[in-house]
Amino acid sequence: MRERYAYELIQKGMRIDERKFDEFRKIKIRTDVSNKAEGSAHVTLGETQVIAGVKLKTGEPYPDTPNEGTLIVNAEFTPLASPDFESGPPGEDAVELARVVDRGLRESHCLDLEKLCITPKEKVWTVFVDLHMINHQGNLLDASALAAITALHNSQVPKIEEDTIIRGEYVSKLPVVFTPVNVTVGKIEDKFILDPLIEEENILDSKLSVSVRDDDKICALQKMGEQGINFDDLEKMFDMAIKKSKELRKLVK
Amino acid sequence: MGHKSDKKLIVNGKRADGRELDQMRPIEMQIGLVNRANGSALVKFGDTHAIAAAYGPRELMPRHKQEADRGIIRTRYNMAPFSVDDRKAPGSDRRSTELSKVIRLALHPVVFVQDFPKATVDVYIEILQADGSTRVTGINAASLAMAAAGVPMTDLVTACSAGKIDGKLVSDLNGIEDNFGEADLGYAMIPSKNMVTLLQMDGALTKEELVTLLNMAKESCKKIYEMEMKVLKEKYEKALE
Amino acid sequence: MTENSVVVPGELLGDRKGRKLGQGLYLDGENVFSKFVGVPRINDVEMSVVPLAGVYLPYFGDRVIGVIESVEVSGWVVDINCPYSAFLPLSEGVEGFVDTQRTDLTKFFDIDDVIMCVISRVTKNKTVQVSMDDQTARKLVGGVALKVTPSKIPRIIGKAGSMIMMIKEKTKCDIVTGQNGLVWIRGENKAKAIEAIVMIEKESHLSGLTEKIEKMLGE
Repeated sequence: MRERYAYELIQKGMRIDERKFDEFRKIKIRTDVSNKAEGSAHVTLGETQVIAGVKLKTGEPYPDTPNEGTLIVNAEFTPLASPDFESGPPGEDAVELARVVDRGLRESHCLDLEKLCITPKEKVWTVFVDLHMINHQGNLLDASALAAITALHNSQVPKIEEDTIIRGEYVSKLPVVFTPVNVTVGKIEDKFILDPLIEEENILDSKLSVSVRDDDKICALQKMGEQGINFDDLEKMFDMAIKKSKELRKLVK
Repeated sequence: MGHKSDKKLIVNGKRADGRELDQMRPIEMQIGLVNRANGSALVKFGDTHAIAAAYGPRELMPRHKQEADRGIIRTRYNMAPFSVDDRKAPGSDRRSTELSKVIRLALHPVVFVQDFPKATVDVYIEILQADGSTRVTGINAASLAMAAAGVPMTDLVTACSAGKIDGKLVSDLNGIEDNFGEADLGYAMIPSKNMVTLLQMDGALTKEELVTLLNMAKESCKKIYEMEMKVLKEKYEKALE
Repeated sequence: MTENSVVVPGELLGDRKGRKLGQGLYLDGENVFSKFVGVPRINDVEMSVVPLAGVYLPYFGDRVIGVIESVEVSGWVVDINCPYSAFLPLSEGVEGFVDTQRTDLTKFFDIDDVIMCVISRVTKNKTVQVSMDDQTARKLVGGVALKVTPSKIPRIIGKAGSMIMMIKEKTKCDIVTGQNGLVWIRGENKAKAIEAIVMIEKESHLSGLTEKIEKMLGE
């Protein structure tokens, strides 16, 4: 029912929570929310909540990048976050979210992976970013990407002695060199909105997720939703995302 | 993507396989091949070969998955274990899970799902040989398979890739270009409606580069559209004598 | 557009110009497009596309062959070779009054019985009802039901029924075709008739098919 209402309002240029089309809900970011993690962040986007935790583990490098650490992003749509989520292995939505966040981080080269090499060809740091959905009130993707990059910025590299990680002791900050930000532009008929509420998400024709780096370069795109997007609307959607990304990036510390 | 490499992908203005920057690989399309399916197609983009089969509309089980006012589409993208250099473990993984979803959404906009409420159209894509651009090759095969299956559709879907290699924008990435290039775009559209139904990009591009790349992909899709129409018509005009 | 040209999904068939729209089409503004790979049938009053492939989807008035799937209190569930089962209500299946309290409905139609019936109702959500209230409707006793591609049925019937008439004559079989892709055959020589129908389905694209079938049946 709220969907119908949201739709009628959007037709008139309004939204349920009185925001402008290009306005995000109030964002609150707390860091170091889990003290066992190498870094963590809790992002609240209106009522939506996501926690990102970073853990580092040593492992072998990929054969084609012997001098670089590795990055793995995983997302859990925990059943506590929404009546629509079920326990069990990650479904396609969770897998997609994790992979879109992953590409935003990876393709922006936000981590200086060469600094995460311990012994070339043998041992490197693997950076795990685990995204935990806490409450799903819409736009989990942008909230997750924001939590991920904030957690990385606040992560430290553990001390390592003779192959053993000394827990609780750190040698340096994680080498984060860029701050990619994800902005999803929702489309409903001829209207474009940012940061959709869940009621709005359910009535969107399509969505385009855009990951933008500090230098305004676009480093990942993902079209979502059941309808197509008119080719001529794409540039406008990029512009909206680039503009908003500057604002969001200021929140990442 | 993003692997550092000294490999030269462009030499004297031409790509390693001899193509011009905006040139696609040779494309082959064939309808049929899987007679048990309601429709099937094989599409080759150079050395990338994808076969797709469409079943349905057919009864959807379990019943609780049925939707009273419309049908659903299910897709599966799968790479054969022998389709790549190092054998791929059979079965689904995170990549194929995501691709199955985006492919489904790339096809969905053309299907009249309201024409077959409570039922399903199942589209299965198998990559038999992989040399880059597998998902878009698969989408073209799927679009043809669905049309050949008589699924009610507003139009055909066409798909292609484009990307940036050695600093240049190019059409239709092969495997090496995909692995060692700077950016890669997966793109599908309904050409006659100017609607984009798949859009994925990894890399780092300025907005201007991205827009140029999108226009290149759009041009490629127009050519693919002509080919899809032609292969379908030939197949069925022959059937009418 | 010539008579035998094939259209594909999304192909523009022209302006509507106030014409009636039959199956296989959709409208975008005043432009009419095809939904299927098929053959357009366009004249001054009506436009439609006959699909060349696809599973059968039920339309009002279609004459179909069904197989009784189950017997219910007030009628029968019928498999009509499509994603939806159809319901044959008692009143549409049997003439006159039947006391459902005292009558075992299997005496009219039992599970696995084959019937020729007509689609009498299709709701938007594809609840399908069939009826025996049609001159062609009847129980098809004995014989076998063969599944073919629904779009090949017109080819099996042939121009003005020429093909099916020939098969009937040469094989002395009873043959009934349903628009839903089922063909029912009964007679001593049914193996020959099945062979002919399978050949038509397989080779419907080849020219000289009538002669070929005739020769095959003449052997």
